Amino acid sequence: MGSALLFLTVYLIYPILNTAYLSFLGRSSKEFTGLGNYWYVFTNADMLGALKNNLLWLVLFTSITVSLGVAIAVLTDRVRYEAAAKALIFLPMAISFVAASVIWRFMFEFRPAGMDQIGLMNALLSNLLGFKPVAWLVNTRVNNFALIGVGIWVWTGFCTVILSAGLKGIPVEILEAARIDGASEWRIFWRIILPMMRTTILVVATTMVIIVLKVFDIVYVMTNGNLGTEVIANRMYKEMFNYHHFGRASAIAIILLLAVIPVIVFNMRRFRAQEAVQ
Amino acid sequence: MTGKVGRRLSRSLLHIVIISICLMWTLPSFGLLANSFRSRRDIIATGWWTALKSPFAFTVENYMDVLTGQTHYGEEKASDKSRSILGDIITGQGIGRAFLNSLIISIPSTLIPIVIASFAAYALAWMRFPGRNLLLIIVVGLLVVPLQMTLIPILRLYKGLHLAGTFLGVWLAHTAYGLPYAIYLLRNFFKALPRDLFESASLDGASQFVIFYRIVVPLSIPSIASLAIFQFLWVWNDLLVALIYLGGTRDVAPLTMHISSMMSSLGENWHLLPAGAFISMMLPLIIFSTLQPYFVRGILGGSLKG
Repeated sequence: MGSALLFLTVYLIYPILNTAYLSFLGRSSKEFTGLGNYWYVFTNADMLGALKNNLLWLVLFTSITVSLGVAIAVLTDRVRYEAAAKALIFLPMAISFVAASVIWRFMFEFRPAGMDQIGLMNALLSNLLGFKPVAWLVNTRVNNFALIGVGIWVWTGFCTVILSAGLKGIPVEILEAARIDGASEWRIFWRIILPMMRTTILVVATTMVIIVLKVFDIVYVMTNGNLGTEVIANRMYKEMFNYHHFGRASAIAIILLLAVIPVIVFNMRRFRAQEAVQ
Repeated sequence: MTGKVGRRLSRSLLHIVIISICLMWTLPSFGLLANSFRSRRDIIATGWWTALKSPFAFTVENYMDVLTGQTHYGEEKASDKSRSILGDIITGQGIGRAFLNSLIISIPSTLIPIVIASFAAYALAWMRFPGRNLLLIIVVGLLVVPLQMTLIPILRLYKGLHLAGTFLGVWLAHTAYGLPYAIYLLRNFFKALPRDLFESASLDGASQFVIFYRIVVPLSIPSIASLAIFQFLWVWNDLLVALIYLGGTRDVAPLTMHISSMMSSLGENWHLLPAGAFISMMLPLIIFSTLQPYFVRGILGGSLKG
């Protein structure tokens, strides 16, 4: 217990306070600069781009992973190969984001029109559908969506597995009763399944929000935030190691913390409620 | 009549939808696997699907090259019998060294937090002491604190203590970062053990420590295994912590760092990426396919409760 406390204090609690303090100091933490770093974070064009992209990630990544998760959980519940299907979708969770990025780097590979496409996405697009090939990671109109797609590919399995467990928790009798009363499957889904899975969906969605705020690996490896794909976690890394501006990097970290505080409060409340029940 | 046809139609539609989703989730990895066994010239010239018809021109050359960090290792090897392949893999500039580093980083980073967390989780679950509830709430709060919050102060501390760029520094960091989840998960598992067990044991005069390692630990082996798998894969797949605390030094870099630097130094070794990525995925895939129930439990344990 003592050693656990020591670790938590040295590696988590002290740094949180220290980072908060550093965020009000300058580049090398020597002079007090007030809210200067925060002013920078909310006015600098690159930072604003990163914030905007994180918002895009937040909306698309969270909504798509969660709704795909619900859809796959409900659909696979009706077939006999459910376990195998879910395992395949869950598989990317076991590998690193770096490996996933390599996989998708090859999927997105672009060759100019007329040449043999070696990436599957462009091969399908140009050979099968007859469109022009797209430079997925370079074209600024699509590259953010391409990166978000990789994130979705990795995390949907996680959502599916948790949501599927939530789905199994719905008593069969309720569904049977609704079917006997002549309710359509569609109606059962919207009126019974979704409302009864509300808590699970909420938990999964908050997990996705946390993941998306900190998204780093995929962006760092695939584009390093270039060509309009910057996100805040990668920006913080750059402030630390490329520009050596520790004040700004700390301010970015604090912004991240502020963004997750609602989730922290939500978790604590939920935990208290759970404990009270037991 | 129409109802029956309609039902059969929607059944087939259901299968088609599920199978196409499964394909979307597996084809990318399968394509990478196929590419990893193709020659450099083939990878650059055509898509992996063209290799699926005859002649099946597959080779393990990429794997040899990426492991040893030399090009066309097979040919060189033939002329120089004095070097052992294993030696080149471990000491060379290739990914073999990075694989070893990943193991060196991951194993202690899994064991240390589990030992510490199980003591703490036991205390939080079954011992009475002042401030217990406050500690529990703090652990729950720390669950989602972004790692980014801690990077700068810890890195500075490490520079002062000469821990930056060392395995020890990374072990300690992973231990600390893994602790909140490990404590939380194990505490929930321990708490679920029947109360009578503890009461009868303490009536028999067993001390807390005896109860812990004679009763709690043996009964919780599956839970501890779940946590171990989760933590191991987490560390094995980590890029950020390694990047920050190990810096740019190649001789301590784990697989994730090695591959990401291969990816940014475009050109020359591009064709080795599929083989390299697969080497990094091997262990996770083995663990996933053999211990999947434990892995899923480790991931779900924290979020599902309640």
